[in-house]
Amino acid sequence: MQKTLKVAVLRFPGTNCEFDTQYAFEKLGHTTELVWHENESLPADIDLVVVPGGFSYGDYLRSGSIARFSPVMKAVITYANNGGKVLGICNGFQILTEAGLLPGALKRNNNLHFISKYQNLCVINNDNAFLNKCKKGEVLNIPIAHADGNYYIDNEEFKKLEENEQILLRYSDKNGETVVVNGSVTSIAGVCNENKNVFGLMPHPERALELILGSEDGIRMLKGFEA
Amino acid sequence: MTAVINVFLKEGVLDPQGKAAHHALDSLGFDGINDVRIGKQIIIKLDTDDKATAEAEVKEMCETLLANTVIEDYTIEIN
Repeated sequence: MQKTLKVAVLRFPGTNCEFDTQYAFEKLGHTTELVWHENESLPADIDLVVVPGGFSYGDYLRSGSIARFSPVMKAVITYANNGGKVLGICNGFQILTEAGLLPGALKRNNNLHFISKYQNLCVINNDNAFLNKCKKGEVLNIPIAHADGNYYIDNEEFKKLEENEQILLRYSDKNGETVVVNGSVTSIAGVCNENKNVFGLMPHPERALELILGSEDGIRMLKGFEA
Repeated sequence: MTAVINVFLKEGVLDPQGKAAHHALDSLGFDGINDVRIGKQIIIKLDTDDKATAEAEVKEMCETLLANTVIEDYTIEIN
């Protein structure tokens, strides 16, 4: 019997993927609750917090830099530090790096374009609560839509990421060969923290749930949290 | 007092906007440009008249919010 998850989906001024995210988890049989950024606490007994995509605070100053100080983020930081699972998608990934819950930073794409398309991704590490339903080296096709997805981390921190199997996904071609999409260090598309309870990625798994819309590879990703 | 803060990407972190502007300047025939970097300037008016206090406050603002020290450096000028 599949476990029904209770998922908190955060909402900031400028968030625009909150309903897609709710739709995705509800389609998989889970329950969701929207949480406004001014809330100082998270709902009780949740299994997962999702920081969805969008343009919180208009991306002013830096993407995610202002949302990171909202009252609800204090609760998310406490939740994560106590081992709670957190997933940041796109702007959510930017917010989690700004909050220091994930290493590195996301800067403007090297070609300065807003890139919006289906993109192949290669699964780099799957021994975690997110990608455990995917195989290492498997190629997933998931939409990306971002201007600030160029992941940067210095050499020393990068070595730690690699050794501790914190690199989740890299942009690739259909054979799993790494490709340059936005200038990210070694084409990284997603990472997790050292304790492997906080996850961030630029691609949008919640937009890849139906073959008729191009891909259902997002299902396998999101179902990982059921394990 | 007024604090003028300049925030730039760190040396060694590729600045794609600077690179694009550099390329455009080259195309327009401006010679002898070695490097172009684009940053942002933040101007803050403060109540205090004490320069040391102002500097300490603004430094904390930069470290907390105004710069992301993973990728950016900043300079502070107090007038």
